Amino acid sequence: MTSKIKEFPGVALSSSDFEEKKVLFTEWAPNAQYAWDAGIAIGRYLAELKQGRIIGTRCDRCRRTVVPPRNFCEWCFRPMDEWVYLEDHGVVNTYSVTYVRWDMVRVKEPIIPAVIEIAGASKGMGIMHLLGEVKPDDVKIGMRVKAVWKPPEERSGAITDIQYFKPME
Amino acid sequence: MGMRKVAVVGAGMTRFVRRAQETGRELAYEASKMALDSCELTLDDVDGVALGTAPDSFDGVHMKGEYLSDAAGAWRKPFLRCYVGGGTGVFAPIQGWYHVASGLFDVCLVVCEEKMSSCQPHPQGAFLTIFDHTTERALEPNLLWIFALEMNRYMHMHGLQKKDIALVSVKNKRNAADHPCALLGNPDITVEDILNSEVLAWPVQRLDVSPVSDGAVALVLASENVAKRITDVPVWIKGVGWSLDTAYWTNRDLYYPKYVEYAARMAYEMAGIREPRKEIHVVEPYDPFDYKELHHLEGLLLADKGDAPRLTAEGVTARTGNMPVCPSGGLLGVGNPIAAAGLMKVAEIFWQLRGEAGKRQVPGKPITGLAQAWGDLMQVGTVVILGIHG
Repeated sequence: MTSKIKEFPGVALSSSDFEEKKVLFTEWAPNAQYAWDAGIAIGRYLAELKQGRIIGTRCDRCRRTVVPPRNFCEWCFRPMDEWVYLEDHGVVNTYSVTYVRWDMVRVKEPIIPAVIEIAGASKGMGIMHLLGEVKPDDVKIGMRVKAVWKPPEERSGAITDIQYFKPME
Repeated sequence: MGMRKVAVVGAGMTRFVRRAQETGRELAYEASKMALDSCELTLDDVDGVALGTAPDSFDGVHMKGEYLSDAAGAWRKPFLRCYVGGGTGVFAPIQGWYHVASGLFDVCLVVCEEKMSSCQPHPQGAFLTIFDHTTERALEPNLLWIFALEMNRYMHMHGLQKKDIALVSVKNKRNAADHPCALLGNPDITVEDILNSEVLAWPVQRLDVSPVSDGAVALVLASENVAKRITDVPVWIKGVGWSLDTAYWTNRDLYYPKYVEYAARMAYEMAGIREPRKEIHVVEPYDPFDYKELHHLEGLLLADKGDAPRLTAEGVTARTGNMPVCPSGGLLGVGNPIAAAGLMKVAEIFWQLRGEAGKRQVPGKPITGLAQAWGDLMQVGTVVILGIHG
């Protein structure tokens, strides 16, 4: 009962407490390694990326073409009906101009992640990727962008086979 | 619905700090003990325990539920650990609620703990592992990115400016100045401070986002018979709701949290609330980012879509406004030890309805309040409605 309690538990430490070893602690740096199977739907998605194509799947009952592809429709809960090749361009649904990497390390040149609605899929079906060859101030929601692929010999069957998306003229 | 009435009868919490000297266990014990002491119960009175705590990777302790079990008073008792990311803090009391509502237990202790500071050099690194390992992780996303994407989409759809949204951060950090456990209370902060803070992932700037923290909160839930023996002011759990949307977050329009609406509708129906804007007197929506408070007020049907910024600008959501929102100071001001922060919101409603919130007390003797949290991959909404009339 907050107004009845004057002193709450919890001792705040500062970074100097650690740097000067005023408090005791132990450390561990794990070396965890995994090998993930891509699975049936994403396996095909990656294989097509290696060929320079984006593929989705379609549910005829829900009249929905989705990307990333899945092998079952989570709406009507039955297998997807067919594979559908999509365009390698689309529309920026939303974006950010970021100065932080995944581990919070600051970067000078901004990274521009975006959700890109892929042409040929149903409305609103986007994937996350990065934008490139564009000034941060020039990015707009609704702008059309196209995939910039790695050269075929450098592709490995990964989402990074698309280097980034760039504005279409 | 054949369910028993359940009351919150006690609450406890630790200070929220950037890095606590105490272990997670010691924090959880302090909050649990304070909650039991507040209603003069002992561990012997507790029939079962529900624990909420977020990813094991923050602590680097696998099966954190087991690790924390003694500190939650759970040994040799039925024990459950639940986890729905950021939504956990309001999900755990829902688990506790159905333990008691079902008739299985008369007294259930609900404990939420988080110690994010253990993860080095920054807990953000652990968030990488929540993204799809094949289609997303290779792009090395930071969790802030996806909130920036959501915030930008929200701003775009409603034509909002950063300054409209920064008002939330100002309000909550000022409110937190009156919270004895707060990490970031600041009575003098201004919109300019928010707008001038470091750009992390535009539109998210440093003061738009809540800080990583250590802390713990606990509640004691009791059945009607027990509650009426313990206290003259039981705070009833009038309704609960929760809902999960697709993890294909790039396939959803992020401008509106439909799953929060579904969770809210479930809770309103259970509580018999037909006009939430008139019947909810004090609100603690989840505010890890300033735009999230607005987003969630809309999802909770407490504001029209895109209208929550106006309510904020006009002072409706101030502590003395017609619909006080985050009078505690929220995650933006009190701090964000994930699961503990969500349960802090439920505890705040408990204190507000009992008139025990001290300097944070909202005027007008509120009788019904709502706490909400949100989490997983921006996909889960959890809602609890409390009321002081049976």
